[in-house]
Amino acid sequence: MSMETLTKSTLLDLAGIAGGSPIAAALEGRSNIVAMTQTTEDAVLKPVDAGSWSHDVRAALAARIAALNGEGALADRYCGLIADPEVAELADPLKSGKVQGMEHVCDFMDKVAAQTRDVDAEDIRTLQESGVSDADIVRLCEINAFMSYQVRVLAGLRLMKETGA
Amino acid sequence: MSDVIRKFTRNVPDWRPRVEPVKLEEASQEQLDALKVTPSNTKVSAYVLTLAHDVETLKVRSPLFNGIMYDKGGMSRDERELGAIAASMVNHCIYCAAVHADRHAKIAKDTTVTDELFAKGLKADLSTRDRAIFDFAHALSQTPSEATPEQMSALRDAGLDEAEILDLILSTALFGWANRLMHVLGDPVRKVSA
Repeated sequence: MSMETLTKSTLLDLAGIAGGSPIAAALEGRSNIVAMTQTTEDAVLKPVDAGSWSHDVRAALAARIAALNGEGALADRYCGLIADPEVAELADPLKSGKVQGMEHVCDFMDKVAAQTRDVDAEDIRTLQESGVSDADIVRLCEINAFMSYQVRVLAGLRLMKETGA
Repeated sequence: MSDVIRKFTRNVPDWRPRVEPVKLEEASQEQLDALKVTPSNTKVSAYVLTLAHDVETLKVRSPLFNGIMYDKGGMSRDERELGAIAASMVNHCIYCAAVHADRHAKIAKDTTVTDELFAKGLKADLSTRDRAIFDFAHALSQTPSEATPEQMSALRDAGLDEAEILDLILSTALFGWANRLMHVLGDPVRKVSA
């Protein structure tokens, strides 16, 4: 698959790699990975079976994690997918999620994203005790985990570009 | 006494889920397909059965994972493992660190690098190339990333080409992902002897 056929790729859109550059050639060599990353973004953000987390909530949580990682353009991109203005507030890491009844979810997502090493069994029990099903806990973790991957690939590509060989 | 392992080790522990994994006998056809369960292959780990709760992601994640770690060309396999180990040390994912340190030691036919890393972390005595790789991956794994242009230059100075650097970014980032499943959804526990 050539990069030209990847009409929709968050990574390529936001990394802004110039065609013909050594970085573009490296990405061309991993075009399957770029394509599969996009397929996974779609599966995480817009699954057919969304469980308790609507596509709006998923986009807001994705934007929240992007913001926690200082990836403003990526956060804006996900915010653009949110239809419900009340849900959109969750994208702001300074909002607790209390208004939406999602304080426990926001607390969990923030900790998993930013203080990963400190997460323990108690954090999972807290979610379970507040009525979140095990399947929905796994879904939250996948949203968080995918975003943690995507922000780092973007940060790395940006550094490659800035220091361009 | 708790059987949860808290120190880095190359001895791969067992993994005990904190949530109830999908029960194979109750799995949907879509889940069975994603788990690649066939009459001759009914062994599925607790970890994969846990991830089967989100089957749409599981289906697409496995080929992506394998592509980043094992596709031909670019960075060597043992160096990709170094990226995975650095992320797992930052996130304190004992299970991932063990699996990938063990793999690194086997591919590189050398235990000194991972011995050093587990004993001394960022102060480990490494070759110039391994040092550049580990430092960059360790910084990229912080939240937000703390990787610097100087660290990127150190990679190039150590002889890494663009394809290798891209593979390092991908393998490190991938473990930012894997750690947030393994370390969050379960505990590394002492293997129960058979």
